Amino acid sequence: MNNNTDKRLEVTIKDMVLRNPVMTASGTFGYGYDFEDFMSLDSLGGIVVKATTGSNREGNPYPRMAETSSGMLNAVGLQNKGIDYFCRSLYKKIKDINTNMVVNVSGSSIEEYVEVAQRINELENIPAIELNISCPNVKQGGMAFGTDPKMASEVVKAVRKAYDKTLIVKLSPNVTSIVEIAKAVEASGADSLSMINTLFGMAVDAEKRQPLLSTITGGLSGPAVKPVALRCVWQVAKQTKLPIIGIGGIMNATDAIEFILVGATAIEIGTANFINPSISQEIVYGLSEYLDRHNIKNISEIRGII
Amino acid sequence: MKYCKDFIVVENETITPTLFILKLQYLETLPEIKAGQFVEIMVKGEANVFLRRPISIHDVDKDRNQISLLIQIVGKGTEELSKLKKGESLNLIFPLGNGFTIIGKKVLLVGGGCGAAPLLYLARVLKQNQIKSDILIGCRDIKQLFSKKEYESLSNLHIATEDGSCGIKGLVTSHPILDEDFDSIYCCGPTPMMKAISKLAKERNIPCYVSLEHKMACGFGVCLCCVVDTNQGNKRTCTTGPIFLSSELKDF
Repeated sequence: MNNNTDKRLEVTIKDMVLRNPVMTASGTFGYGYDFEDFMSLDSLGGIVVKATTGSNREGNPYPRMAETSSGMLNAVGLQNKGIDYFCRSLYKKIKDINTNMVVNVSGSSIEEYVEVAQRINELENIPAIELNISCPNVKQGGMAFGTDPKMASEVVKAVRKAYDKTLIVKLSPNVTSIVEIAKAVEASGADSLSMINTLFGMAVDAEKRQPLLSTITGGLSGPAVKPVALRCVWQVAKQTKLPIIGIGGIMNATDAIEFILVGATAIEIGTANFINPSISQEIVYGLSEYLDRHNIKNISEIRGII
Repeated sequence: MKYCKDFIVVENETITPTLFILKLQYLETLPEIKAGQFVEIMVKGEANVFLRRPISIHDVDKDRNQISLLIQIVGKGTEELSKLKKGESLNLIFPLGNGFTIIGKKVLLVGGGCGAAPLLYLARVLKQNQIKSDILIGCRDIKQLFSKKEYESLSNLHIATEDGSCGIKGLVTSHPILDEDFDSIYCCGPTPMMKAISKLAKERNIPCYVSLEHKMACGFGVCLCCVVDTNQGNKRTCTTGPIFLSSELKDF
Protein backbone atom coordinates (compact mmCIF):
# COMPACT_ATOMS: atom_id res chain seq x y z
CA MET A 1 0.00 0.00 0.00
CA ASN A 2 1.20 3.49 -0.77
CA ASN A 3 1.18 5.24 2.58
CA ASN A 4 0.78 8.54 0.84
CA THR A 5 -2.80 7.50 0.26
CA ASP A 6 -3.67 5.61 3.46
CA LYS A 7 -6.53 7.92 4.46
CA ARG A 8 -6.92 6.10 7.78
CA LEU A 9 -3.78 7.83 9.00
CA GLU A 10 -4.76 11.41 8.20
CA VAL A 11 -4.88 13.78 11.18
CA THR A 12 -5.27 17.53 11.64
CA ILE A 13 -3.62 19.94 14.01
CA LYS A 14 -5.66 23.13 13.96
CA ASP A 15 -5.47 24.17 10.27
CA MET A 16 -2.66 21.84 9.35
CA VAL A 17 -3.64 18.59 7.66
CA LEU A 18 -1.11 15.80 8.07
CA ARG A 19 -1.29 12.82 5.71
CA ASN A 20 -0.23 10.73 8.69
CA PRO A 21 0.78 11.42 12.31
CA VAL A 22 4.50 10.93 11.72
CA MET A 23 6.63 14.05 11.99
CA THR A 24 10.33 14.46 12.67
CA ALA A 25 11.70 16.37 15.65
CA SER A 26 13.65 19.59 15.46
CA GLY A 27 17.41 19.21 15.65
CA THR A 28 17.35 15.59 14.50
CA PHE A 29 16.33 16.01 10.86
CA GLY A 30 18.32 19.00 9.64
CA TYR A 31 16.23 20.88 7.09
CA GLY A 32 14.62 17.77 5.67
CA TYR A 33 16.61 17.56 2.46
CA ASP A 34 19.51 16.05 4.46
CA PHE A 35 17.45 12.83 4.44
CA GLU A 36 16.52 12.73 0.76
CA ASP A 37 19.11 10.04 0.04
CA PHE A 38 17.49 7.72 2.56
CA MET A 39 13.72 8.09 2.16
CA SER A 40 10.81 9.90 0.47
CA LEU A 41 10.14 13.05 2.43
CA ASP A 42 6.59 13.17 1.08
CA SER A 43 5.81 9.99 3.01
CA LEU A 44 5.83 12.04 6.23
CA GLY A 45 3.09 13.98 7.95
CA GLY A 46 5.47 16.82 8.68
CA ILE A 47 9.04 17.88 9.29
CA VAL A 48 10.13 20.22 12.07
CA VAL A 49 13.35 21.88 10.99
CA LYS A 50 16.22 22.96 13.22
CA ALA A 51 15.58 25.71 15.80
CA THR A 52 15.82 29.20 14.35
CA THR A 53 16.72 32.26 16.43
CA GLY A 54 16.86 36.00 15.77
CA SER A 55 20.53 36.03 14.86
CA ASN A 56 23.40 33.65 14.18
CA ARG A 57 24.29 31.37 17.11
CA GLU A 58 27.53 29.39 17.23
CA GLY A 59 26.18 27.01 19.87
CA ASN A 60 28.25 25.44 22.63
CA PRO A 61 31.87 24.25 22.42
CA TYR A 62 32.76 20.62 21.66
CA PRO A 63 32.14 18.06 23.21
CA ARG A 64 28.40 18.42 22.82
CA MET A 65 27.29 14.81 22.95
CA ALA A 66 27.57 11.82 25.24
CA GLU A 67 26.09 8.40 24.68
CA THR A 68 24.22 7.06 27.70
CA SER A 69 22.25 3.90 28.48
CA SER A 70 19.47 3.72 25.89
CA GLY A 71 19.95 7.31 24.90
CA MET A 72 22.21 10.27 24.47
CA LEU A 73 22.84 13.68 25.97
CA ASN A 74 23.32 16.70 23.77
CA ALA A 75 24.36 20.26 24.44
CA VAL A 76 24.33 21.71 20.93
CA GLY A 77 22.97 25.04 22.16
CA LEU A 78 20.70 26.05 19.25
CA GLN A 79 23.47 26.46 16.67
CA ASN A 80 21.86 28.08 13.62
CA LYS A 81 22.47 30.95 11.23
CA GLY A 82 19.52 33.08 12.31
CA ILE A 83 16.20 34.11 10.80
CA ASP A 84 17.64 36.32 8.02
CA TYR A 85 19.65 33.45 6.62
CA PHE A 86 16.66 31.15 7.03
CA CYS A 87 14.36 33.45 5.02
CA ARG A 88 16.99 34.31 2.42
CA SER A 89 18.56 30.92 1.79
CA LEU A 90 17.11 27.91 3.62
CA TYR A 91 13.45 28.68 2.90
CA LYS A 92 14.06 28.38 -0.85
CA LYS A 93 15.52 24.93 -0.36
CA ILE A 94 12.65 23.60 1.74
CA LYS A 95 9.55 25.39 0.51
CA ASP A 96 8.73 22.82 -2.16
CA ILE A 97 9.20 19.74 -0.02
CA ASN A 98 5.83 18.03 -0.23
CA THR A 99 4.95 17.82 3.46
CA ASN A 100 4.19 20.22 6.31
CA MET A 101 7.42 22.11 6.91
CA VAL A 102 7.30 23.42 10.46
CA VAL A 103 9.94 25.75 11.90
CA ASN A 104 11.09 25.46 15.48
CA VAL A 105 11.38 29.00 16.87
CA SER A 106 13.63 29.87 19.76
CA GLY A 107 15.03 32.93 21.45
CA SER A 108 16.51 34.53 24.53
CA SER A 109 13.81 37.17 24.98
CA ILE A 110 10.12 37.59 24.20
CA GLU A 111 11.07 40.17 21.55
CA GLU A 112 13.31 37.66 19.82
CA TYR A 113 10.59 34.97 19.75
CA VAL A 114 8.13 37.49 18.36
CA GLU A 115 10.52 38.76 15.70
CA VAL A 116 11.27 35.25 14.41
CA ALA A 117 7.60 34.24 14.50
CA GLN A 118 6.60 37.40 12.58
CA ARG A 119 9.15 36.75 9.87
CA ILE A 120 8.03 33.14 9.47
CA ASN A 121 4.39 34.22 9.37
CA GLU A 122 5.16 35.82 6.01
CA LEU A 123 6.51 32.60 4.50
CA GLU A 124 3.73 31.01 2.50
CA ASN A 125 4.88 27.40 2.65
CA ILE A 126 5.43 27.20 6.40
CA PRO A 127 2.03 26.20 7.83
CA ALA A 128 3.09 26.16 11.49
CA ILE A 129 5.76 27.03 14.00
CA GLU A 130 6.84 25.06 17.03
CA LEU A 131 7.67 27.49 19.80
CA ASN A 132 10.67 26.12 21.67
CA ILE A 133 10.29 27.23 25.27
CA SER A 134 12.09 24.16 26.53
CA CYS A 135 15.69 24.00 25.29
CA PRO A 136 17.91 23.09 28.28
CA ASN A 137 21.15 24.04 26.54
CA VAL A 138 21.15 27.81 26.43
CA LYS A 139 22.08 30.17 29.24
CA GLN A 140 19.34 32.69 28.60
CA GLY A 141 15.79 31.99 27.55
CA GLY A 142 14.93 28.54 26.25
CA MET A 143 13.84 26.38 29.15
CA ALA A 144 13.44 29.38 31.46
CA PHE A 145 10.28 30.29 29.51
CA GLY A 146 8.94 26.77 29.67
CA THR A 147 9.37 26.06 33.35
CA ASP A 148 7.41 29.01 34.72
CA PRO A 149 3.67 29.24 33.88
CA LYS A 150 3.71 33.07 33.91
CA MET A 151 6.66 33.38 31.58
CA ALA A 152 5.30 30.63 29.33
CA SER A 153 2.01 32.49 29.16
CA GLU A 154 3.67 35.82 28.35
CA VAL A 155 5.77 34.50 25.49
CA VAL A 156 2.88 32.51 23.98
CA LYS A 157 0.53 35.53 24.19
CA ALA A 158 3.09 37.79 22.54
CA VAL A 159 3.80 35.32 19.73
CA ARG A 160 0.09 34.63 19.25
CA LYS A 161 -0.47 38.32 18.45
CA ALA A 162 2.26 38.23 15.83
CA TYR A 163 1.53 34.84 14.28
CA ASP A 164 -1.68 33.80 12.47
CA LYS A 165 -1.04 30.21 11.48
CA THR A 166 -0.86 27.03 13.55
CA LEU A 167 1.07 27.66 16.76
CA ILE A 168 2.55 24.60 18.41
CA VAL A 169 4.31 25.05 21.76
CA LYS A 170 7.02 22.57 22.74
CA LEU A 171 7.00 21.80 26.45
CA SER A 172 9.77 20.87 28.84
CA PRO A 173 9.50 17.82 31.11
CA ASN A 174 11.80 19.51 33.62
CA VAL A 175 8.96 20.86 35.74
CA THR A 176 7.02 19.76 38.80
CA SER A 177 3.68 19.98 36.99
CA ILE A 178 3.63 19.85 33.20
CA VAL A 179 -0.17 20.15 33.36
CA GLU A 180 0.12 23.57 34.96
CA ILE A 181 2.39 24.81 32.14
CA ALA A 182 0.20 23.19 29.49
CA LYS A 183 -2.92 24.90 30.84
CA ALA A 184 -1.15 28.28 30.94
CA VAL A 185 -0.03 27.82 27.32
CA GLU A 186 -3.52 26.70 26.25
CA ALA A 187 -5.11 29.74 27.86
CA SER A 188 -2.61 32.00 26.08
CA GLY A 189 -3.63 31.01 22.59
CA ALA A 190 -1.56 27.99 21.57
CA ASP A 191 -3.12 25.68 18.97
CA SER A 192 -1.19 22.55 19.87
CA LEU A 193 1.38 21.20 22.32
CA SER A 194 4.40 19.12 21.44
CA MET A 195 6.04 17.22 24.25
CA ILE A 196 8.54 16.43 25.54
CA ASN A 197 11.78 18.28 24.91
CA THR A 198 14.89 16.63 26.38
CA LEU A 199 15.34 15.83 30.06
CA PHE A 200 17.94 17.91 31.85
CA GLY A 201 20.84 15.58 32.66
CA MET A 202 24.58 15.01 32.85
CA ALA A 203 27.19 12.34 32.27
CA VAL A 204 30.57 11.84 33.92
CA ASP A 205 33.82 10.18 32.84
CA ALA A 206 34.98 8.39 35.98
CA GLU A 207 38.47 7.65 34.61
CA LYS A 208 39.19 11.22 33.59
CA ARG A 209 37.15 12.53 36.55
CA GLN A 210 35.39 15.13 34.47
CA PRO A 211 32.00 15.77 32.85
CA LEU A 212 31.52 14.41 29.33
CA LEU A 213 29.93 17.61 28.02
CA SER A 214 31.66 20.99 27.71
CA THR A 215 28.60 22.56 29.32
CA ILE A 216 28.54 19.90 32.10
CA THR A 217 24.77 19.47 31.71
CA GLY A 218 22.72 18.67 28.62
CA GLY A 219 19.48 17.24 27.32
CA LEU A 220 18.73 13.52 27.46
CA SER A 221 16.87 11.89 24.57
CA GLY A 222 16.26 8.42 23.20
CA PRO A 223 14.35 5.39 24.53
CA ALA A 224 15.50 6.20 28.08
CA VAL A 225 13.02 9.10 28.21
CA LYS A 226 10.02 7.36 26.65
CA PRO A 227 8.25 6.44 29.93
CA VAL A 228 8.54 10.04 31.12
CA ALA A 229 7.21 11.33 27.78
CA LEU A 230 4.26 8.92 27.80
CA ARG A 231 3.34 10.00 31.32
CA CYS A 232 3.50 13.70 30.33
CA VAL A 233 1.34 13.22 27.23
CA TRP A 234 -1.17 11.12 29.19
CA GLN A 235 -1.46 13.72 31.98
CA VAL A 236 -1.81 16.69 29.64
CA ALA A 237 -4.20 14.93 27.25
CA LYS A 238 -6.58 14.34 30.16
CA GLN A 239 -6.53 17.98 31.24
CA THR A 240 -6.36 20.13 28.12
CA LYS A 241 -8.27 20.16 24.83
CA LEU A 242 -5.33 20.92 22.55
CA PRO A 243 -4.03 18.37 20.05
CA ILE A 244 -0.77 16.92 21.32
CA ILE A 245 2.30 15.90 19.36
CA GLY A 246 4.07 13.16 21.35
CA ILE A 247 7.85 13.11 21.38
CA GLY A 248 10.36 11.07 23.34
CA GLY A 249 12.33 7.96 22.47
CA ILE A 250 10.12 6.70 19.65
CA MET A 251 12.15 4.03 17.86
CA ASN A 252 9.42 2.08 16.02
CA ALA A 253 5.71 2.04 15.12
CA THR A 254 4.76 0.33 18.38
CA ASP A 255 6.27 3.21 20.35
CA ALA A 256 4.33 5.65 18.17
CA ILE A 257 1.06 3.77 18.80
CA GLU A 258 1.71 3.96 22.55
CA PHE A 259 1.79 7.77 22.33
CA ILE A 260 -1.45 7.81 20.34
CA LEU A 261 -3.10 5.52 22.89
CA VAL A 262 -2.29 7.96 25.70
CA GLY A 263 -3.70 10.88 23.75
CA ALA A 264 -1.28 12.14 21.10
CA THR A 265 -2.71 13.24 17.74
CA ALA A 266 0.67 13.11 16.04
CA ILE A 267 4.20 12.11 17.02
CA GLU A 268 7.73 13.31 16.29
CA ILE A 269 10.67 11.00 15.70
CA GLY A 270 13.91 12.39 17.12
CA THR A 271 17.06 10.56 18.13
CA ALA A 272 16.08 7.46 16.13
CA ASN A 273 16.80 9.43 12.93
CA PHE A 274 20.51 9.39 13.81
CA ILE A 275 20.61 5.62 14.00
CA ASN A 276 18.30 4.69 11.14
CA PRO A 277 17.86 7.59 8.72
CA SER A 278 14.81 5.99 7.08
CA ILE A 279 13.06 5.12 10.37
CA SER A 280 10.36 7.79 10.07
CA GLN A 281 9.13 6.38 6.77
CA GLU A 282 9.30 2.84 8.18
CA ILE A 283 7.14 3.97 11.11
CA VAL A 284 4.49 5.26 8.68
CA TYR A 285 4.32 1.78 7.13
CA GLY A 286 4.24 0.27 10.61
CA LEU A 287 1.22 2.36 11.58
CA SER A 288 -0.75 1.15 8.54
CA GLU A 289 0.22 -2.40 9.37
CA TYR A 290 -0.97 -1.93 12.98
CA LEU A 291 -4.35 -0.64 11.75
CA ASP A 292 -4.65 -3.61 9.38
CA ARG A 293 -3.77 -6.07 12.11
CA HIS A 294 -6.29 -4.63 14.57
CA ASN A 295 -8.95 -3.89 11.98
CA ILE A 296 -9.05 -0.18 12.83
CA LYS A 297 -10.79 2.09 10.32
CA ASN A 298 -9.20 5.34 11.44
CA ILE A 299 -6.28 6.09 13.71
CA SER A 300 -8.47 8.49 15.71
CA GLU A 301 -10.38 5.46 17.03
CA ILE A 302 -7.53 4.61 19.37
CA ARG A 303 -6.45 8.13 20.29
CA GLY A 304 -6.48 8.70 24.05
CA ILE A 305 -8.28 5.47 24.93
CA ILE A 306 -5.93 4.96 27.87
CA MET B 1 24.61 10.22 -2.62
CA LYS B 2 24.68 8.44 0.73
CA TYR B 3 23.48 4.90 1.30
CA CYS B 4 22.23 2.92 4.29
CA LYS B 5 22.84 -0.72 3.37
CA ASP B 6 24.06 -4.09 4.61
CA PHE B 7 27.54 -5.50 3.99
CA ILE B 8 28.74 -9.05 4.64
CA VAL B 9 31.89 -9.75 6.63
CA VAL B 10 34.43 -11.49 4.38
CA GLU B 11 37.29 -11.50 6.86
CA ASN B 12 38.03 -10.31 10.38
CA GLU B 13 41.81 -10.12 10.68
CA THR B 14 43.37 -9.64 14.11
CA ILE B 15 46.41 -7.34 14.01
CA THR B 16 46.97 -6.98 17.75
CA PRO B 17 44.70 -7.81 20.70
CA THR B 18 43.14 -4.35 20.30
CA LEU B 19 43.41 -3.81 16.55
CA PHE B 20 41.60 -5.61 13.74
CA ILE B 21 40.71 -5.20 10.07
CA LEU B 22 37.21 -5.97 8.84
CA LYS B 23 36.93 -6.74 5.15
CA LEU B 24 33.33 -6.22 4.01
CA GLN B 25 31.52 -7.30 0.87
CA TYR B 26 28.93 -5.00 -0.70
CA LEU B 27 26.20 -6.85 -2.56
CA GLU B 28 25.77 -4.17 -5.20
CA THR B 29 28.23 -2.01 -7.13
CA LEU B 30 30.09 0.28 -4.77
CA PRO B 31 29.47 3.97 -5.39
CA GLU B 32 32.38 6.37 -5.81
CA ILE B 33 34.29 6.52 -2.51
CA LYS B 34 36.91 9.18 -1.82
CA ALA B 35 39.99 8.53 0.29
CA GLY B 36 39.42 9.96 3.78
CA GLN B 37 35.69 9.25 3.85
CA PHE B 38 34.12 7.18 6.60
CA VAL B 39 31.17 4.92 7.42
CA GLU B 40 28.74 4.78 10.34
CA ILE B 41 28.31 1.22 11.60
CA MET B 42 25.26 -0.11 13.41
CA VAL B 43 26.42 -2.23 16.34
CA LYS B 44 24.15 -5.13 17.21
CA GLY B 45 24.13 -7.26 20.32
CA GLU B 46 25.33 -4.77 22.94
CA ALA B 47 22.48 -3.13 24.86
CA ASN B 48 24.60 -0.19 26.01
CA VAL B 49 25.71 0.74 22.53
CA PHE B 50 22.98 3.05 21.31
CA LEU B 51 24.54 5.07 18.51
CA ARG B 52 26.38 3.97 15.38
CA ARG B 53 30.16 4.03 15.36
CA PRO B 54 32.01 6.25 12.85
CA ILE B 55 34.97 4.40 11.30
CA SER B 56 37.23 5.62 8.52
CA ILE B 57 37.62 3.62 5.33
CA HIS B 58 41.00 1.86 5.26
CA ASP B 59 40.87 0.53 1.74
CA VAL B 60 38.52 0.00 -1.18
CA ASP B 61 38.62 -2.83 -3.72
CA LYS B 62 36.39 -1.59 -6.51
CA ASP B 63 36.76 -4.74 -8.60
CA ARG B 64 35.47 -6.94 -5.80
CA ASN B 65 33.07 -4.33 -4.32
CA GLN B 66 34.79 -4.69 -0.96
CA ILE B 67 35.88 -2.17 1.64
CA SER B 68 38.23 -2.61 4.61
CA LEU B 69 37.93 -0.93 7.97
CA LEU B 70 40.79 -0.77 10.45
CA ILE B 71 39.33 -0.63 13.93
CA GLN B 72 40.86 -0.16 17.35
CA ILE B 73 38.98 -1.51 20.35
CA VAL B 74 38.34 1.51 22.54
CA GLY B 75 34.99 0.67 24.12
CA LYS B 76 31.96 -1.61 24.09
CA GLY B 77 30.94 -0.76 20.52
CA THR B 78 34.28 -1.50 18.90
CA GLU B 79 34.70 -4.56 21.13
CA GLU B 80 31.42 -5.93 19.81
CA LEU B 81 32.55 -5.29 16.25
CA SER B 82 35.77 -7.20 16.93
CA LYS B 83 33.71 -10.35 17.53
CA LEU B 84 32.15 -10.32 14.05
CA LYS B 85 32.63 -13.49 12.06
CA LYS B 86 32.82 -14.26 8.36
CA GLY B 87 29.34 -14.31 6.83
CA GLU B 88 27.71 -12.00 9.36
CA SER B 89 26.00 -8.87 8.10
CA LEU B 90 26.63 -5.31 9.10
CA ASN B 91 24.57 -2.19 8.37
CA LEU B 92 26.53 0.84 7.20
CA ILE B 93 25.71 4.43 6.28
CA PHE B 94 28.28 5.41 3.67
CA PRO B 95 30.22 7.07 2.19
CA LEU B 96 30.36 9.99 4.63
CA GLY B 97 32.51 13.10 4.93
CA ASN B 98 34.42 15.18 2.41
CA GLY B 99 37.54 13.07 1.76
CA PHE B 100 41.04 14.28 0.97
CA THR B 101 41.60 17.02 -1.62
CA ILE B 102 44.36 15.84 -3.90
CA ILE B 103 46.86 18.57 -4.74
CA GLY B 104 50.44 18.37 -6.02
CA LYS B 105 52.86 16.09 -7.83
CA LYS B 106 54.94 14.97 -4.84
CA VAL B 107 53.13 14.48 -1.56
CA LEU B 108 53.79 13.15 1.93
CA LEU B 109 51.40 11.02 3.97
CA VAL B 110 51.97 10.90 7.73
CA GLY B 111 50.09 8.48 9.94
CA GLY B 112 50.27 7.66 13.62
CA GLY B 113 49.05 4.41 15.17
CA CYS B 114 45.62 3.23 14.08
CA GLY B 115 44.96 6.82 12.97
CA ALA B 116 46.87 5.96 9.82
CA ALA B 117 43.82 3.95 8.67
CA PRO B 118 42.59 6.22 5.82
CA LEU B 119 46.08 6.65 4.36
CA LEU B 120 46.21 3.25 2.66
CA TYR B 121 43.32 4.06 0.34
CA LEU B 122 44.74 7.55 -0.15
CA ALA B 123 48.07 6.03 -1.25
CA ARG B 124 46.14 3.82 -3.68
CA VAL B 125 44.25 6.77 -5.16
CA LEU B 126 47.46 8.80 -5.44
CA LYS B 127 49.16 5.98 -7.32
CA GLN B 128 46.18 5.66 -9.68
CA ASN B 129 46.59 9.39 -10.36
CA GLN B 130 50.35 8.97 -10.94
CA ILE B 131 51.22 11.20 -8.02
CA LYS B 132 54.49 10.36 -6.29
CA SER B 133 54.00 9.79 -2.59
CA ASP B 134 56.05 9.03 0.47
CA ILE B 135 54.32 7.59 3.49
CA LEU B 136 55.64 7.92 7.02
CA ILE B 137 54.05 5.71 9.63
CA GLY B 138 54.70 6.07 13.33
CA CYS B 139 53.73 3.50 15.93
CA ARG B 140 54.77 2.14 19.30
CA ASP B 141 56.48 -1.01 18.00
CA ILE B 142 56.60 -3.35 15.01
CA LYS B 143 53.61 -5.33 16.29
CA GLN B 144 51.35 -2.31 15.85
CA LEU B 145 52.33 -1.92 12.20
CA PHE B 146 49.62 -2.98 9.76
CA SER B 147 49.18 -3.25 5.98
CA LYS B 148 52.97 -2.87 5.48
CA LYS B 149 53.09 -4.79 2.19
CA GLU B 150 50.21 -2.80 0.75
CA TYR B 151 51.86 0.49 1.69
CA GLU B 152 55.12 -0.66 0.11
CA SER B 153 53.39 -1.54 -3.14
CA LEU B 154 51.75 1.89 -3.40
CA SER B 155 54.22 4.35 -1.94
CA ASN B 156 57.73 4.78 -0.48
CA LEU B 157 57.27 3.57 3.08
CA HIS B 158 59.15 5.15 5.99
CA ILE B 159 58.69 3.97 9.55
CA ALA B 160 59.33 5.37 12.99
CA THR B 161 58.76 3.23 16.09
CA GLU B 162 59.02 4.38 19.66
CA ASP B 163 61.15 1.36 20.63
CA GLY B 164 63.16 1.21 17.41
CA SER B 165 61.86 -2.27 16.52
CA CYS B 166 61.25 -1.08 12.95
CA GLY B 167 62.50 1.96 11.03
CA ILE B 168 64.04 4.80 12.99
CA LYS B 169 63.69 4.95 16.75
CA GLY B 170 61.57 7.90 17.87
CA LEU B 171 58.50 9.86 16.89
CA VAL B 172 57.47 10.60 13.30
CA THR B 173 58.45 14.24 13.84
CA SER B 174 62.12 13.22 14.08
CA HIS B 175 62.15 11.33 10.76
CA PRO B 176 64.55 12.75 8.09
CA ILE B 177 61.95 12.35 5.31
CA LEU B 178 60.30 15.45 6.77
CA ASP B 179 63.31 17.49 5.60
CA GLU B 180 62.42 16.86 1.94
CA ASP B 181 60.24 19.17 -0.10
CA PHE B 182 56.58 18.28 -0.72
CA ASP B 183 53.66 19.96 -2.48
CA SER B 184 51.22 18.87 0.22
CA ILE B 185 51.05 16.80 3.39
CA TYR B 186 48.22 14.48 4.45
CA CYS B 187 48.15 13.64 8.11
CA CYS B 188 46.08 11.38 10.29
CA GLY B 189 46.74 10.21 13.82
CA PRO B 190 46.82 11.39 17.42
CA THR B 191 46.06 15.13 17.77
CA PRO B 192 49.48 16.10 19.22
CA MET B 193 51.16 14.43 16.23
CA MET B 194 48.87 16.18 13.74
CA LYS B 195 49.52 19.51 15.45
CA ALA B 196 53.29 18.99 15.31
CA ILE B 197 53.18 18.06 11.61
CA SER B 198 50.86 21.00 10.86
CA LYS B 199 53.27 23.39 12.58
CA LEU B 200 56.15 22.08 10.53
CA ALA B 201 54.11 22.37 7.32
CA LYS B 202 53.07 25.91 8.18
CA GLU B 203 56.70 26.94 8.70
CA ARG B 204 57.49 25.71 5.21
CA ASN B 205 54.31 26.97 3.63
CA ILE B 206 53.12 23.51 2.62
CA PRO B 207 49.34 22.86 2.70
CA CYS B 208 48.65 20.25 5.36
CA TYR B 209 45.42 18.26 5.43
CA VAL B 210 44.47 16.62 8.72
CA SER B 211 41.75 14.06 9.42
CA LEU B 212 39.81 14.75 12.60
CA GLU B 213 38.03 12.28 14.82
CA HIS B 214 35.17 13.75 16.84
CA LYS B 215 32.31 12.16 18.72
CA MET B 216 29.20 12.29 16.56
CA ALA B 217 25.64 11.02 16.86
CA CYS B 218 24.59 10.84 13.19
CA GLY B 219 27.60 11.21 10.87
CA PHE B 220 25.64 12.93 8.07
CA GLY B 221 25.28 16.50 9.24
CA VAL B 222 22.09 16.78 11.25
CA CYS B 223 22.92 16.34 14.94
CA LEU B 224 25.50 19.16 15.08
CA CYS B 225 27.37 17.35 17.85
CA CYS B 226 30.77 16.91 16.18
CA VAL B 227 31.67 20.54 15.58
CA VAL B 228 35.21 21.86 15.40
CA ASP B 229 36.24 25.48 15.91
CA THR B 230 37.42 26.89 12.57
CA ASN B 231 38.28 30.34 11.23
CA GLN B 232 34.68 30.44 9.96
CA GLY B 233 33.13 29.40 13.29
CA ASN B 234 31.86 25.97 14.34
CA LYS B 235 31.88 23.50 11.45
CA ARG B 236 30.65 19.92 11.42
CA THR B 237 33.45 17.35 11.39
CA CYS B 238 31.17 14.86 9.63
CA THR B 239 30.21 16.94 6.59
CA THR B 240 32.61 19.89 6.30
CA GLY B 241 35.32 17.40 7.39
CA PRO B 242 36.63 15.04 8.59
CA ILE B 243 39.48 16.35 6.42
CA PHE B 244 40.43 19.97 7.09
CA LEU B 245 43.26 22.14 5.91
CA SER B 246 45.13 22.63 9.20
CA SER B 247 45.33 26.38 8.60
CA GLU B 248 41.50 26.52 8.80
CA LEU B 249 41.44 25.13 12.33
CA LYS B 250 41.59 27.40 15.36
CA ASP B 251 43.44 24.88 17.54
CA PHE B 252 46.10 24.00 15.00
